[in-house]
Amino acid sequence: MTGPADHNGRDGYGAVARKEDARFIRGLGTFIDDVTMPGMLHGAILRSPLPHAVITAIDTSAAEAHPGVAAVITGAMLAERGLAWMPTLSGDVQPVLATDKVRFQGQEVAFVVARDRYAARDALELITVDYEPLPVVVEAGQALAGSAPVIRDDRPGQADNKIFDWSAGDAEATERVFAAADVVVTGDMLYPRCHPAPLETCGAVADLDRVSGRLTIWATTQAPHPHRTFYSLITGLPEHKIRVISPDIGGGFGNKVPIYPGYVCAIVGSMLTGRPVKWVEDRSENLMATSFARDYHMHGEIAATRDGTILGLRARVLADHGAFNGAAQPTKFPAGFFHIFTGSYDLRAAHCEVTGVYTNKAPGGVAYSCSFRVTEAVYLVERMVDLLAAELGADPAELRMRNLLRPEQFPYTCPTGWEYDSGDYPRALRMALDIAGYPELRREQAERRAHGEYMGIGISFFTEGVGAGPRKHMDILGLGMADGADLRVYPTGAAVLAISCQTQGQGHETTFAQIVAAELGLSPDDVEVVHGDTDRTPFGLGTYGSRSTAVSGAAAAIAARRVRERAKIVAAAMLEAAPEDLEWSDGAWRVRGDPEQCRDIRQIAMAAHSGLELPAGVEGHLDAGSVYNPPNLTFPFGAYICVTDVDPGTGVVTVRRFIAVDDCGVRINPMIVAGQIHRGLADGIGMALMQAISFDSDGNCLAGSFMDYLLPTAVECPSWELGSTVTPSPHHPIGAKGIGESATVGSPAAVVNSVIDALAPFGVRHADMPLTPAAVWRAIQGRPLRPDLATS
Amino acid sequence: MQVPAYVEYERATSVEHALALLARFGPRAQVLAGGHSLIPMMKLRLVQPETLVDVGHLTELRYLTVTGSVLRIGALTRHAELLAAPEAGRHFPILHDAERVIADPIVRQWGTVGGSLCQADPSEDLSAAFAALNATMVITGPDGTRAVPARQFHTGPYETVVAQGELLTEIQVPITPGAGSAYEKVGRRVGDWPVGAAGAAIRLDGDVIAAAGIGLAAVGAEHFAAPEAERSLIGAQAGEQALARAGQIAAEHARPVTDQRGPADYKRHLASELTVRALRRAVARARAAGRSAREG
Amino acid sequence: MRIAVDVNGVERSADIEPRLLLIHFIRDELGLTGSHWGCDTSNCGACVLWLDDTPVKSCTILAAMADGHRVRTVEGLERDGVLDPVQQGFAHCHGLQCGFCTPGMLMTARWLLDHCPDPTPTQVREAISGQVCRCTGYENIVRSVLWAARQERENRA
Repeated sequence: MTGPADHNGRDGYGAVARKEDARFIRGLGTFIDDVTMPGMLHGAILRSPLPHAVITAIDTSAAEAHPGVAAVITGAMLAERGLAWMPTLSGDVQPVLATDKVRFQGQEVAFVVARDRYAARDALELITVDYEPLPVVVEAGQALAGSAPVIRDDRPGQADNKIFDWSAGDAEATERVFAAADVVVTGDMLYPRCHPAPLETCGAVADLDRVSGRLTIWATTQAPHPHRTFYSLITGLPEHKIRVISPDIGGGFGNKVPIYPGYVCAIVGSMLTGRPVKWVEDRSENLMATSFARDYHMHGEIAATRDGTILGLRARVLADHGAFNGAAQPTKFPAGFFHIFTGSYDLRAAHCEVTGVYTNKAPGGVAYSCSFRVTEAVYLVERMVDLLAAELGADPAELRMRNLLRPEQFPYTCPTGWEYDSGDYPRALRMALDIAGYPELRREQAERRAHGEYMGIGISFFTEGVGAGPRKHMDILGLGMADGADLRVYPTGAAVLAISCQTQGQGHETTFAQIVAAELGLSPDDVEVVHGDTDRTPFGLGTYGSRSTAVSGAAAAIAARRVRERAKIVAAAMLEAAPEDLEWSDGAWRVRGDPEQCRDIRQIAMAAHSGLELPAGVEGHLDAGSVYNPPNLTFPFGAYICVTDVDPGTGVVTVRRFIAVDDCGVRINPMIVAGQIHRGLADGIGMALMQAISFDSDGNCLAGSFMDYLLPTAVECPSWELGSTVTPSPHHPIGAKGIGESATVGSPAAVVNSVIDALAPFGVRHADMPLTPAAVWRAIQGRPLRPDLATS
Repeated sequence: MQVPAYVEYERATSVEHALALLARFGPRAQVLAGGHSLIPMMKLRLVQPETLVDVGHLTELRYLTVTGSVLRIGALTRHAELLAAPEAGRHFPILHDAERVIADPIVRQWGTVGGSLCQADPSEDLSAAFAALNATMVITGPDGTRAVPARQFHTGPYETVVAQGELLTEIQVPITPGAGSAYEKVGRRVGDWPVGAAGAAIRLDGDVIAAAGIGLAAVGAEHFAAPEAERSLIGAQAGEQALARAGQIAAEHARPVTDQRGPADYKRHLASELTVRALRRAVARARAAGRSAREG
Repeated sequence: MRIAVDVNGVERSADIEPRLLLIHFIRDELGLTGSHWGCDTSNCGACVLWLDDTPVKSCTILAAMADGHRVRTVEGLERDGVLDPVQQGFAHCHGLQCGFCTPGMLMTARWLLDHCPDPTPTQVREAISGQVCRCTGYENIVRSVLWAARQERENRA
């Protein structure tokens, strides 16, 4: 059998070079703005300059008179067709184009279709909209005040700005643990609003064929199949007449999970003009109007014994969802998987409460390289553990080592109900400490402090839960979170695997070929992976929340094993043996006891398509499919250490080293795994030090371009130092857990812990991200900055 | 993607031609050099000229030369060329300090020194550097050229004394033997505009400060300069005490505003901290220059 | 207005609006879609190509400004079916994931190695510091460029 046993080393299935690269290094990828069609028109969106206002009038006549303009669409026109509002992924509604009010700065108000993008942009200038400004809610903390305006007066029965109250864990048990604890430490912290900001913005090309009634939409989507279903539900077009194509995607990171108004506008534009319509947003639109992430205002409490045994954890969270609840997460989990916030520790009890609120900010939030709020959860617990260490005067590494779950406790059910599948946490932390040279770093830190130099050593340990479903617990708008795979094996043995998930850079065309190749004794070159086209692939929920390997990867492996089982029957006929007398080894079915008598998949495939009389159980050829409904999440984990140097005179932070030990179970392609980790570590630097979508007190977005929404460059990133352990998932067909988001989840806390550690001599216990020079300097002064608001 | 509004384009083939074009098209014309400041503003439609007069091909304005005791920088010198020019670095290390942290290596390939100065962003680094160096701006118009001290060049945010129909053509920096200079900047990230920045130019007489120039960017210093702080240094021993006092005075006279780059109190602190750091390095360089002059 | 630009060694002329951005001329008029755009504000570097002999951000340059000049794009890196060493390096060292920043990174890398054949990792990081990659965390881009540098030195030796 090919399976975890054969591939559980660090080399996995092999560091095979990527198939995708051949087109990308030549500039021959096909991204959304590269899609062109004869007669194609271009759309542009007019957006609200105000965060909250009544629309009293819209005059589009001048724009319509522009010679290059084919159509101008307003909310009123959409309302006539029942298209003015659309569902969000959280079951709320959101306007495609505003009809009554605008509720955030950048909200979609009108859509122009013109001969080219320049004319479309010109025509936007010709539309006049009269607004009557309304009071704004910028701060989540003000959303529930009695004086706050009700933002969602469109919702029947909505009398305030609350979206939900939700809790997990055992409040009473937690209270008992806290009451009996020697030490209780509390902390307030903000995980600020940030944005996934893939380098390619969102966009679509919609083409409605008037004769056939078929809609083809190329779109920047991480989830083509659910999008097809939703387009059908939104537009009323029959689903079998809709084809969604996700071409090459210039990064997703969660940003390309939702359906945005622009996609629907492109469809309506094509309906009205009878021609293909392209809409691609500019960077400001991307940052100001598409889904943000995080914006969690958290209060944490941690209870422990005086000698450092952590007993319990409590959290109260105010979650800012913006003007429309566009959170992308399983229906039953309004706060995502935040209640995995007990992290990697053996606690007696835990309880969390999350309240979601509306504000006059862009809707969201998506899981930015994160399995549904796990990043916020990890950040909270890892900051709380450091706060506890500071309170106890304990070494943060020793405190973690003392409280980490032990290998023999797995499978482990945490106090809020998650069943962690497998892990050896102390081994990972020890490895990270060894790579870092931890004792030496602490010595160096002490020496430097004596000279007035401030270096910090920050540790974080994370556990993720990734790969949603199981479908009985997890769905998005009623669609269960399972994924399919179809595998065809042609007569020559060449294979085509069609999958429901979608690469945005993760290398699916390579890694999924490796999975199939390993199961069938083929070379990855023999396996073509088809994805991102709903006409050519089976249904499934798509790529986000580290689902690809965990769900679709399993589906692919199972489909391949089904092919292999069919091949066994054919091989038995070829070898004139009984199927039960065959065994799979070394890439072929062999007669037990006579291994030279064998047939490999190429020989079998040809036979399966030949005139050979096939035995019962195989009608012909070898093709097989599967739908994988995961029995549980998988739980990747890791230990991270960040070393920083802080200039207290300016507040400038330099990341000197970053050590990351990841355990994602079996590694399919270690080269790609390392690349995924590198990416997330850069994310951690970005979030911890510079990335925030901030606002002024009037609700103006201050991060509407890459001049102010800063992303880390090669200069801020150190040369990453990686280590790995491999603890296979016991329930995943190939023992893999997924790696796409681990580093984004685990690294921000390590960076922040490091900076706070550096600032310890100043008495600093906490400062909120992003730790810009100003934020660090203010923390030293004892006057912390609100990083999400540009006010003094 | 953001795109500019309709505009006409004229390419100047000489300074005279440029001036003639500017005269012909009048106030609705705008000078285009590298475009790295202007074109983003046009894309946002904050600026909508009727005609662009492209001076970017005027190689006659693309030079760095030392004439007598003056470094002359053609206005269309690219940032990368200023950074690469050894004569600039030898006489004015502040210019290389600043250029190293202006935008990024690719933008520096195309953006021009004169273009940056004329954009007159209150956070522009070279404006502070040239203020510290007491440079002179040479402006050419239909009636010939005029020279304006760097500290009178800017009349406010995004405004300069360059009138409609005129061109900034050259920046002149007086070379002072035995002087030292330096530039210190804090951004939120590499390539960022400064949250605060300070430049210093120092001439020593023994260990006494004989001349001092201090330039400040992004902290609300009038004309990018700190004359009160400079005065406090003249005649003082070039030690920590004098430098600290100068920093303090520079901060007192700064008028920073709170924005997404940082709060006003932090920027005021940077005015002081970075002035001191720039002075410290400028003094060290002046000492080294003095030593090598004596030894040479 | 009519412009003529030498693009990857081929004279290309077109009637354009003077406001047309160079990146749109290359992509929309000429159909060379290897050069991308990502930010509008010359911060991300997805649009980097060569104008004459220097890498520039083509989202912030008008096509009119390139009239009479030479442009080199990622499509011009491969010569006679042989990939440029920087292209080979990116594939060999996993220097790309989604591929969106890759053309701009390749053009800067090519320019760097033409001017600095034996760069340090720090020099590579500085050279690409005006370009954003959201996928690689830069580590493998740096390795890719250093790999190409080594390859070229060996080829010369």
